[in-house]
Amino acid sequence: MISAAGLTKVYGGKTALDHADFAVRPGVVTGFLGPNGAGKSTAMRLILGLDRATAGSVTVNGRAYRDLPAPLREVGALLEAKAWHGGRSAYNHLRFLARTNGIPRKRVGEVLDVVGLHDVAAKRARGYSLGMGQRLGIAAALLGDPGILMFDEPVNGLDPEGILWIRRLMQSLAAEGRTVFVSSHLMSEMAVTAGHLIVIGRGRILADTSMEDFIPPDHVRVRSPDLPALGRAVAAENWQAVTGGDALLVYGVTPAAIGDLAFRAGLRVHELTPVHPSLEEAFMRLTADSVEFHGVDG
Amino acid sequence: MTPRRATFAGAVAGEWIKIWTVRSTLWSMFSTVVVTVGLSSLLALAYTLSYDRLGFRARLAFDPVAYGLAGLNFGVITLGVLGVLVVSTEFSSGLIRTSLSAVPRRSRLLAAKAVVLAMIALVVGLISSFLAFFASQAIFSMRRLGAGIGDPEVLRAVTGGGLYLTLIALISLGAGAIVRHTAGAITSVLGVLFVAPIFGVFLPEDWGRTVQKFLPPAAGSAILTTRETPITLPPWQGFGVFAGYTAVVLVIAFALFRRRDV
Repeated sequence: MISAAGLTKVYGGKTALDHADFAVRPGVVTGFLGPNGAGKSTAMRLILGLDRATAGSVTVNGRAYRDLPAPLREVGALLEAKAWHGGRSAYNHLRFLARTNGIPRKRVGEVLDVVGLHDVAAKRARGYSLGMGQRLGIAAALLGDPGILMFDEPVNGLDPEGILWIRRLMQSLAAEGRTVFVSSHLMSEMAVTAGHLIVIGRGRILADTSMEDFIPPDHVRVRSPDLPALGRAVAAENWQAVTGGDALLVYGVTPAAIGDLAFRAGLRVHELTPVHPSLEEAFMRLTADSVEFHGVDG
Repeated sequence: MTPRRATFAGAVAGEWIKIWTVRSTLWSMFSTVVVTVGLSSLLALAYTLSYDRLGFRARLAFDPVAYGLAGLNFGVITLGVLGVLVVSTEFSSGLIRTSLSAVPRRSRLLAAKAVVLAMIALVVGLISSFLAFFASQAIFSMRRLGAGIGDPEVLRAVTGGGLYLTLIALISLGAGAIVRHTAGAITSVLGVLFVAPIFGVFLPEDWGRTVQKFLPPAAGSAILTTRETPITLPPWQGFGVFAGYTAVVLVIAFALFRRRDV
């Protein structure tokens, strides 16, 4: 559990984080969504005590990070920028980390297996590809078998296979009851990974909600070989609907209501799909005012 | 059994692993020994060969121990670089963020680095100092100029050589933590140790002499002398002054390291 209260960070007159209140809970992947420069990395650095808060506070399991008796056993963090020395091998990097927190050395081999770096673990890290470097950072985060994991833009620079791997990893960590906090500016990524969302823009928390509440389904897509008849039945109910290609889009009602209607009218239905607005649409509605720089088209 | 919590001992053990798992450490150690012993021997040889041409005064002022340890002044460069790198590469690589995630108490991390560096610098410094002493005295002995390790003040001077190099490493670590950039920190350390003395040269004679004695390199290397000279402080007094400089730099380094964002 991570709790921030009034968390504020000002860098030389520029407010990067503005009285942020949020809590990250166990058992679900919490997405930390916002455009670049919104304050995501700042918040994560403040959680780890790497930067000092200008005002407010943030605790991890009820304590300031620096007061944790063995921080790596409670929090594992993958930071955005590379955070290892290129002249040292992955194995030695993990070995020194383990030693500082009293983590048994055999754990090093275990996490190297988990991230699939075993074969290159003895090589100096400067020769690693972007994806291998990312895996090393994840191995370091998993080292202490912590209950809380933070990933700052984890899919950056990963190939599709790596993205899929990290997505599954985060979901399985959350399913084990851990707290998983992952930042991204990629809404498509959040849409498939996160169950809960904290949305940030210009240093302010704009929303702290479940994914379902953030983007409730707003219409149902209906496909039917009896589409014209079904359209008339829907119109007779005074439901709003439009025809979109070979489907009918019905607004403001549940799939169940449409299914019942079709059954009563004796019409066949081949598809009934609740359609969510895209995360992008929901996000743009929310942050219309808070995006630092609006893109200029053309 | 290792404790399941983060302790100072754990931080020291972690730093110990860290320092031995990059190549620069072994290179610095190796080059320190080569440079100090090599240059001490070379200078001893040059002196011995030109002994016949020296005047009475020069022969009288000759301190075979200080002269024989002159090469240690160049070990300042290699151990100084090691001291700087121990901190500065953490910042240049980004490792500092990982290190502080594992050891979030800032003073504990920097103190662990200082302890490990001091241990290594002391061992390398003592090896360099003793080897430089025995090599140079063997050369001086060709003209019966050499001192023995059992002679008065000699053991203090040779051991002091190791201590001096240890302080050099620590003051450099402090500079690395203050400046946080490798090149900048090395420049400041070498600037203070090699360029500052030039300042004393240009002061009027009596001032110049006094100031010179208190400048870092002369104060620190006073510990290498076994004879009173007008240009250096008494050995332990000079060493004390240099230890004071080191302490000041480290205090500033700790204060900044505790406070700054990384």
